[in-house]
Amino acid sequence: MSFPWAKEYKPGHPLMQWLDEKLPLPRFVYNAVGAGYPVPRNLNYMWNFGVLAGFCLALQIVTGVILAMHYAANGSVAFDSVEHIMRDVNWGWMLRYAHANGASAFFVVVYIHIFRGFFYSSYKAPREMIWLLGVVIFLLMMATAFMGYVLPWGQMSFWGAKVITGLFGAIPVVGQPLQVWLLGGYAPDNAALNRFFSLHFLLPFVIAGVIILHIWALHIPGSSNPTGVEVKQESDTVPFHPYYTAKDGFGLGVFLILYCAVLFFAPNMLGHPDNYIPANPLSTPAHIVPEWYFWPFYAILRAFTSDFFFIPAKLMGVLAMFSAILVWFFLPWLDTSPVRSGHYRPLFRKAFYLLLVDVVVLGYCGGAPAAEPFVMISQIASMYYFLHFLVILPIVSSIEKPAPLPYSITEAVLGKDEGAVLHANPTAA
Amino acid sequence: MVRLFGPLVGLFFAVALLWSFGNGAYLAITEPTAPTAVHEFHKTPKEVEFSFNGPFGKFDRQQLQRGFQVYKEVCSNCHALKQVAFRNLTDLGYSEAEVKAIAKQWATKAKTFDPKTGDAGERDNIAADHIPAVYYAGTGNPPDLSLITKARHEGPEYIYSLLTGYQDQPAEVLKKFPDAKIPDGLHYNPYFANLNIAMPAPLTDGGVTYADGTKATVDQQAKDISAFLTWTAEPKLEKRKQTGWAVLGFLFAATILAYLAKKNVWANAH
Repeated sequence: MSFPWAKEYKPGHPLMQWLDEKLPLPRFVYNAVGAGYPVPRNLNYMWNFGVLAGFCLALQIVTGVILAMHYAANGSVAFDSVEHIMRDVNWGWMLRYAHANGASAFFVVVYIHIFRGFFYSSYKAPREMIWLLGVVIFLLMMATAFMGYVLPWGQMSFWGAKVITGLFGAIPVVGQPLQVWLLGGYAPDNAALNRFFSLHFLLPFVIAGVIILHIWALHIPGSSNPTGVEVKQESDTVPFHPYYTAKDGFGLGVFLILYCAVLFFAPNMLGHPDNYIPANPLSTPAHIVPEWYFWPFYAILRAFTSDFFFIPAKLMGVLAMFSAILVWFFLPWLDTSPVRSGHYRPLFRKAFYLLLVDVVVLGYCGGAPAAEPFVMISQIASMYYFLHFLVILPIVSSIEKPAPLPYSITEAVLGKDEGAVLHANPTAA
Repeated sequence: MVRLFGPLVGLFFAVALLWSFGNGAYLAITEPTAPTAVHEFHKTPKEVEFSFNGPFGKFDRQQLQRGFQVYKEVCSNCHALKQVAFRNLTDLGYSEAEVKAIAKQWATKAKTFDPKTGDAGERDNIAADHIPAVYYAGTGNPPDLSLITKARHEGPEYIYSLLTGYQDQPAEVLKKFPDAKIPDGLHYNPYFANLNIAMPAPLTDGGVTYADGTKATVDQQAKDISAFLTWTAEPKLEKRKQTGWAVLGFLFAATILAYLAKKNVWANAH
C-alpha cells in the first residue's frame, strides 16, 4: 500500500517491460526503497539508523561467511584457528576485526534506532506491528551475538557461556535438565561449541527474514516522522529516492568513518583481554563480564541479591532480565497518550531523558565488578527502569498536557500550510 | 489487561529490588567489607613510551630483534610461543638464511613420529615450524606468551612493569595484613594480580649481550621484550594502521561527495 500520489513504476527499456510482466522485482524495489515510496519530508538524522542497521547485518553476514571458511568449531582447535585467521589468512585480521567490531557497531546503531522509537513513540498505532517485529529482531540479535562471542573459545567465551546457560538452571523443576539439554553436557564443551556455531550461522538469516517483515509492516502505514503528525497530503512527503537515498548515503559515510577508526586503530578497545587466553574450565576469571552491549541487562540480572519470599534471588534476576526486554512488547499499550513525538510532550520528555541516563548507568554498573557501590546503584537504576515503563509511562500519558501540534508536516517544515488555513477557517474558501 | 497488570509487575520488581537494596545496605553497615592487601597494594602499569603507540606508530626492528634475543635466551626456558612460526621472524628484519639458521640452532628440537615403526624421534627445526612447545615442571604455570600483551589490560606496559617491578615486600603490607605473608616459592610483585608471582625476577643487568651493542640493563631488556611480545600478539599492527589511513582517506573523500550530493538533492525541498 502507499499514498495515492506515489509515483508509479514505468519500465522504459523493452527488457524491463518484459521483466515487469514476468517477475516485477524492479517494481517491488521501486515501491519499497525507490521513487515509488513517499516518505515524510521532515525526517531528521535519527531516521538514518534503520538503513545503517541493515547495512551492519549485511556486513556481518559477508565477513562472517568468509570467517566460517577458515574457522574450526572444535574445542581443541577453535582458539588456534582464530589465531590462524589473524596471522596466516590473507586479510584475515581485517575480516575478524571487522566482524568483532561490526557486532558492536550493529548494537550501537540498533540502540539508537530503539531509543529513537522511544522518543518519538514510533511504537504507537498504527505502527505496533513494526515495533513488535523490531523487538523480535533485537532478541534474535542478542542470541546471535552471545553465541558468536563463544566461538573464539577464549576464557570469556567459555565462562560467559557457562554463566548465561546457567541462567536457565534457575528455572524451577525443569531448569537443571533444560540447561544440560541446551549445552549437550554439564558444562560448555565441544557439543555446545558446535551447536552455537551452527546457530550463529543460521540466526542472521532468520534476522534477515524478520527484517523483511519489519519493512513490509513499515510500508503499510508509511514512516513515522519527528512531529508525529500523520501524512495528510502530497506536500508532506518526498519520494524515498533520491531524497533519502542521498541522505542515507551521507549518513553511511559518517558511520563508516567512525566504524573504521575503531576497526583499524583500536580494534580491541571494546573486547575483553581475557578472551585472548584460551578457554580453561579449571581457572575462573576474576570478573566474568559479557560484551558491553549486554551490560545494562547484566546489571539488572545481578541487582537481585536477596531471595524475595519464596523466589530465589537468582530466579528473580533471570525473570527481571528477560522482563526488561519483554516489557517493550507491551509499550504500545502502556503509553496511551495520543501524541507521538516527545517534542510535544514535556513530562514524557523528562522521563525519557531520565531513562536514557538510567540505562547508561546500568550499563556502567553491568561492566563493573559485582561489588559496592555498583550493586546498590544498579538496584536503584533497575528500579527506575521497571517503574519507567510499567508505572511512570501510563501515569504520564494520562496526566500530561501536551504542547499544541502543527497542523501538518508541511506547516512544521515551511511555517505555513494553505491546507491548515482552510482547516482552521473553512468558510474563508 | 496491560494497564492493570503492567503497574503490578512494575511494583513487584521494584519492591523486590528495594528488598535486595535494604539487605545490601544493612549488610554494608553491619559488616563492612574489609579491605584486602591486593586492593591496597596492587599497582596499575607504569607509563612507557613505545615506538608502536599511536595511530602512526611503527615497530622498531632493532628493538624487536633485541626482544627476540631476550625471549630466546631467557623466557624460552619456561614460556612457549606457539602461535609464532620461525618463518614469521623475517618480519623482524632477519633474512631467510638467518631464519633458517635460527630454526636449525634452536635448542628444543622438533618432535617426530614414524607411523611405520611407532618410534618417536627428533629433528632440527625448519623455518615452517612453529616455535617448539616448552614443558615445565616447576612451581606455577608459565603461560604461552604469544598473545600475552593482548591478554592483559595495557599489555606492553604491564609486561614492562611486571619485569621491572620485583621488590621486597614492603613492611607496611604485613603490618596492615598479618595474613599476607608471601607463600613459599613465590615472589612479591605489586604489578601482579595477587601480588605474589611464582616467576622469580627473570632479568638481570647484563644477563644478555646485545649484538647491536645496546647496554642490556634490566629496564632496556624489559622494554625490548615487551615490544617483541607486542609483535607476537599483533604481527599485522603496521599493516593495520597503514590500511586504516588509506581507508579513512577514501571514506572522507566519499563522505564529502555524499554530503554535496545530499545538499544538491535537497536544495529545493526545504
